[in-house]
Amino acid sequence: METQYITIGILFLGAMAFALAAMILSRILQPHRPYPEKLETYECGMETQGPTWVQFRVSYFLYALIFLIFDVEAIFLIPWVVKFKELGLPALIAMFMFLIILIIGFIYDWKEGALDWE
Amino acid sequence: MEFLNNIFVYIAQWLRGFLAFLGFTGFWIEMFMAVVYLATILGICTLVALFYVLWERKLAGYIQYRPGPNRLGPKGWFQTIADAIKLLTKEDVVPKEADKVVHFLATLFIFVPPVLALGVIPFGQGMAALDLNLGVFYLLAVTSLSTVPIFMAGWGSNNKYSLIGTMRAVAQMVSYEVPLIFSMLGVVLLAGTLQLSEIVESQSTVWYVFLQPVAFIIFLICATAETNRAPFDLPEGESELTAGIYTEYSGMKWALFFLAEYCNIFVVSAIGVTLFLGGWSGPFLPGWVWFILKTHLLFSFFIWIRWTFPRIRIDHLMSFSWKVLVPLSIANIMVTSLIFYLVQ
Repeated sequence: METQYITIGILFLGAMAFALAAMILSRILQPHRPYPEKLETYECGMETQGPTWVQFRVSYFLYALIFLIFDVEAIFLIPWVVKFKELGLPALIAMFMFLIILIIGFIYDWKEGALDWE
Repeated sequence: MEFLNNIFVYIAQWLRGFLAFLGFTGFWIEMFMAVVYLATILGICTLVALFYVLWERKLAGYIQYRPGPNRLGPKGWFQTIADAIKLLTKEDVVPKEADKVVHFLATLFIFVPPVLALGVIPFGQGMAALDLNLGVFYLLAVTSLSTVPIFMAGWGSNNKYSLIGTMRAVAQMVSYEVPLIFSMLGVVLLAGTLQLSEIVESQSTVWYVFLQPVAFIIFLICATAETNRAPFDLPEGESELTAGIYTEYSGMKWALFFLAEYCNIFVVSAIGVTLFLGGWSGPFLPGWVWFILKTHLLFSFFIWIRWTFPRIRIDHLMSFSWKVLVPLSIANIMVTSLIFYLVQ
């Protein structure tokens, strides 16, 4: 069992090694002639104005919050879904109550306009 | 027939036997086999990218009533190899304003999600490198990791186009993750297991695409969005963001992103085949041939979608996920569980 997870670790490291090897090979083969204009940030030929790393709109944050709720819900659903045959009616009713509470929250989000992109 | 069906299983068995003969103990045999699996998966990734880049260009050509690449080699089949050599010898330009460490790390991590995902996919009977009992859960965890290198790429570039692209990519992948998970849970509910090989075996009588048609359609849409393919390719959006997240990447680094994109589509097609289209099962031909054929068909379907639909607007994209797909997938789970309980 543990060896399976060590294998995953080897796959993880191997994937990075593959990318690294490709980049090293390319570094050996490629020319290297930098000059100031080439190293400018690309913006269709204009010089860049102002900083790039600025505050972003709040809509992204709202979506992230709603995603978090649904992701946690998925974590609750997975064990129920796997053992559905054994658990039977009580679990079905419990999970439906849970889902309905969640759906009420979802409808509230919808009504408040959290899902709208302005 | 039986031999051809299990040829890769026999090779693995022979290799294990040979290692035991050389005097290795259990743990080291497993480690050695892990390296063999890794080499195989990387080989598959490279072949997939080389083949499908050309296949997509050919298919796109035929869809648009033109021949596509047809100069290099027989019918243009050597085009991708030439492209690969060209990209390998191109200068790698890193802008001086960029966060160089993050810019570099993004290319280092971009290959991790598809390789980790291919590790658990059963290409045939007993032909998964790792037959984890948490299969589907592991796949969900690993495929959602692909957001991280894309975010690193956009942030590290210190380019406004890249940052806008990256923000879109994260918002889109996060939104389509939810219906994707729910559509896969519908299959898990019917199979009663998370192990991928058992899910395939439970489809021996009827494929889940017939029992879960709604889930399959949701899966297809979300898979297109998760891999940032047209009509959901807003992060790249050439017409408005030059190349989006890839703007500041050149040469081999850009090629790695491109390669990883094709591997991701292959992974998503393979997951679709495993969960909905019966995996390796099929008559006459060996199982792994069936698996590759079905994956190829699904991959071609994704290419067909790309060259048929126009790109959609970001507000439509987000509201389609949250206002259509999420309610639909939750309803699908509820209806499936109710019917399944009543039939049982």
